[in-house]
Amino acid sequence: MSHDPKHAAPTAAHHGGPHAGEHAHPDGWTYVKVGAILTIITIIEVWAYYIPALVASPFFNPSLLIMSAVKFAIVVMFYMHLKYDHKLFRVLFTGPLIIAMGTIVALLFLFHQLSVKF
Amino acid sequence: MATIAAPSLASAGDAYAENSGIWSWITTVDHKRIGTLYLWTALFFFLVGGFEAVLIRTQLAQPNMGFVSADTYNQLFTMHGTTMVFLAIMPLSAAFFNYLIPLQLGARDVAFPRLNAFSYWVYLFGGIFITVPILFKVAPDGGWFGYAPLTTTQFSAGINIDFWVLGLQILGVSSLAAAFNFITTVINMRAPGMTLMRMPMFTWMSFVVQFLVILAFPVITIALFFLMMDRFFGTQFYAIAAGADPLLWQHLFWVFGHPEVYILILPAFGLVSEVLPTFSKKPLFGYNVMVYSGIMIGTLGFGVWAHHMFAVGMGAVADSIFSLMTMLIAIPTGVKIFNWIATMWSGEIRFTVPMKFAIALIGMFTIGGISGVMHSSPPADLQQTDSYFIVAHFHYVLFGGSIMGIFAGIYFYFPKMTGRFLDTTLGNWHFWLNFIGFNLAFFPMHFSGLLGMPRRIYTYDAGQGWDLFNLTSTIGTYILVVATSIFVWNFLRSRTRGAVAGNDPWGAATLEWSIPSPPPEYNFAQIPEVTSRYPLWDLKDPAKTAGIEHSHADAMTITDAHAVPMHEETERHTAKSLGIPMPFPTAKPFFTALAMCAMIGGLLVMRTGNMGLALAVMIGSAALMVGGLYSWLTSPLE
Amino acid sequence: MSSHADTAHHHYTTTGLEHRKLAIWAFIGSECMLFASLISTYLIYKGRSIVGPFPHTEWVNEAGQVFKPILDIPVTSASTFVLLMSSLAMVLALQAVQLKDTPLPAGANWWTRIQRSSQTWLLATALLGMTFLGFQAYEFTSFVHEGLTIKTNLFGSTFFTLTGFHGAHVTAGVLWLFTLLWIDRTRGLGPKDELIVDIAALYWHFVDVVWIAIFTLVYLIQ
Repeated sequence: MSHDPKHAAPTAAHHGGPHAGEHAHPDGWTYVKVGAILTIITIIEVWAYYIPALVASPFFNPSLLIMSAVKFAIVVMFYMHLKYDHKLFRVLFTGPLIIAMGTIVALLFLFHQLSVKF
Repeated sequence: MATIAAPSLASAGDAYAENSGIWSWITTVDHKRIGTLYLWTALFFFLVGGFEAVLIRTQLAQPNMGFVSADTYNQLFTMHGTTMVFLAIMPLSAAFFNYLIPLQLGARDVAFPRLNAFSYWVYLFGGIFITVPILFKVAPDGGWFGYAPLTTTQFSAGINIDFWVLGLQILGVSSLAAAFNFITTVINMRAPGMTLMRMPMFTWMSFVVQFLVILAFPVITIALFFLMMDRFFGTQFYAIAAGADPLLWQHLFWVFGHPEVYILILPAFGLVSEVLPTFSKKPLFGYNVMVYSGIMIGTLGFGVWAHHMFAVGMGAVADSIFSLMTMLIAIPTGVKIFNWIATMWSGEIRFTVPMKFAIALIGMFTIGGISGVMHSSPPADLQQTDSYFIVAHFHYVLFGGSIMGIFAGIYFYFPKMTGRFLDTTLGNWHFWLNFIGFNLAFFPMHFSGLLGMPRRIYTYDAGQGWDLFNLTSTIGTYILVVATSIFVWNFLRSRTRGAVAGNDPWGAATLEWSIPSPPPEYNFAQIPEVTSRYPLWDLKDPAKTAGIEHSHADAMTITDAHAVPMHEETERHTAKSLGIPMPFPTAKPFFTALAMCAMIGGLLVMRTGNMGLALAVMIGSAALMVGGLYSWLTSPLE
Repeated sequence: MSSHADTAHHHYTTTGLEHRKLAIWAFIGSECMLFASLISTYLIYKGRSIVGPFPHTEWVNEAGQVFKPILDIPVTSASTFVLLMSSLAMVLALQAVQLKDTPLPAGANWWTRIQRSSQTWLLATALLGMTFLGFQAYEFTSFVHEGLTIKTNLFGSTFFTLTGFHGAHVTAGVLWLFTLLWIDRTRGLGPKDELIVDIAALYWHFVDVVWIAIFTLVYLIQ
């Protein structure tokens, strides 16, 4: 994983070639808008935390999880530009992510932190 | 085939002559030399682990023996398991990854040659770190699975477990670094036309293994980190009195541990998938299905871990799910076995030594696989768990499977690596004694296990019906000693005295056989354009591959100015004369690895009570490591 | 510095993608499992501590001493915001490097101009990362003052290890960013260096998404 500068030159040129289309990134203004959306979701999350009625409701945990998943996805798609990049990177990331989340859920069931009522 | 092999060997000597000193080995970044280092080091540790097994079996030869103490026995079985898993089988596989993956892909090296050297040095230092304590009788003694809380300071106060915790952490870095390297190499360094579905099966299985490594090793890293924090800094991850769950370690360990089993076996599956078609003179039966079943095994491998824990009482639902998943994973494994048999079916079989080992793998692994399916059923498992039946089971898959496959690989690829054959007569003696000794040693364990003999006991009373089985196992072990000695003799002797082998001594199909043996430093003078799974058969014996579907005109062919049609290279040049840029030799990975191991090992200084010194060692080494990394990353590769 | 311009063919790759970029994505995939193990353990031990202080509830010890819920949501919300903004700065730094050689349009406004300054954004990212670490240092010390250490209870052990692992990742990222900044100042980063900035950015954003998960699972969900 060396990042010595000597190798960047020919490869960057290579990038400009056949895969130039995949590097059509959004402009700076889009990034700012994405940042604003992330901030707004964070504000909603924290706001919800301070409403006791919401915290007590059964919707609190699921809605927080959904909001954080949305933030997670936005950062990965736009800031990590997975939305615009080669699909191979998507495979390299989502495959492990699915196994990781599956492992977390399985472990939580095994330790009775999650359970299904019959 | 015009050039005979002998002169090419002589010039090989010339090419390597300037490169033979110890410094050249420390600074090498050539994947073939690193593969050779892995092979020698791992074979050494294989002998160490085998010697530990001999001591264990000697102690168990008869009831109430006093050959070693209970304490020493604990250290022996812990180190036997740890050594065989982490220091022998994994690195033996790594030797083949290093040596073969670039050659099978038609590449000149791995994606990150210096990272590759780093992986090897970390493995060597980690191996030394974890092995040396047994010479002073302070070796780890908590089993290769190191169950916490048994391994916390409350129950294991000595320095023994510290070596294990820190040593495995070091070895994990080595495996992870290598895995990132090989994933990149396989995705990105295939010769033009080498689509994923044209890759040789060994490379495919190795590719799957690298994903298992990058997903399984982080889990043991964290489990070990918790244990290290508990032991050195007083955290409570495994402290039952503070409310910790005694199953936390077991779950984390087996989330890692079960994929680890496939990390150990899949490379051997890959090796025999190269050997069987070659000596059956037939393409591998069901190539696609072999690929998919390998991927299936790897994926399902993350969903079966708790079958190691049926006895802890997880409840009916969890037991059923993990039982079902375990039975499911037997399907892709069985598919492989049938495909190997079908590959041999009606082939022109040549019973060479590697072929014998490969066939032995099919038979012996099947026995281990079937006993595995037996204890996928929780009620049966409750009878078998922690008994010698389990010991029999996993030796049939790891020795009968992995080791047989690796021996097949060594006999098969030795001519490629050295330019000379391993002696066939000695090889046959090795094979038959190995086969007989193995079955004598491990088959009786099925019986002693079902008769109730528990694992990990250092001695037992007479009159329980176990005596004969134990004696047989011990005799089998001694036969294995003879077999292994013959192999070692053959290995050492054939390097210089074996019959000379040419490019393609076995009539094999894949790219590594199209270049001289041993391969020149640059591997391929001209990168061949690959048009099928069996490029060399297409070239030399088209009739052999005529009946199977593979296209010569492929839409996915990537045209590269430097690729030429498939050909054989018989002449040996130097990279310089061909104008092929090679990576510079460098000692930076060596010193960075050394500094990293010193940083992790420095924690041991804390046991002397001198916190200041410990901090100085760790911070000093960390600074050296970071400095080494900067120096490495800012210097040009070639 | 480009002594081997003629070695371009050596950089032929099967997929046309860069080695290092593939490797960093594989590394990130691996890191998913690392943090999954840490987060699982935190959640498995949630509510299992025998003694306090606790994250979300009050605890009274045998001596009658009252320990308030220990997590400080306002401070952590601020630090979460800081880390999100650092991701924004990072993506702008990458953009600035990519656009370095593109001429500015005539009469460009300040926003267009500043978007071309890779040093500004690299420095901003690193400083925001350091601010996050400052918040974490403040949080850790105040917890210790309130009686929660790694040895106190299961919550302490799991909390400090999980967030500490994340903090160590941020620290490594800050070092990486300062290295890029140093390269930028000494020889200038341009489009040809896109890759080395890109892989640092991917790492940095990943550390950010891990925090998004931690913030919800550890701080907000009770």
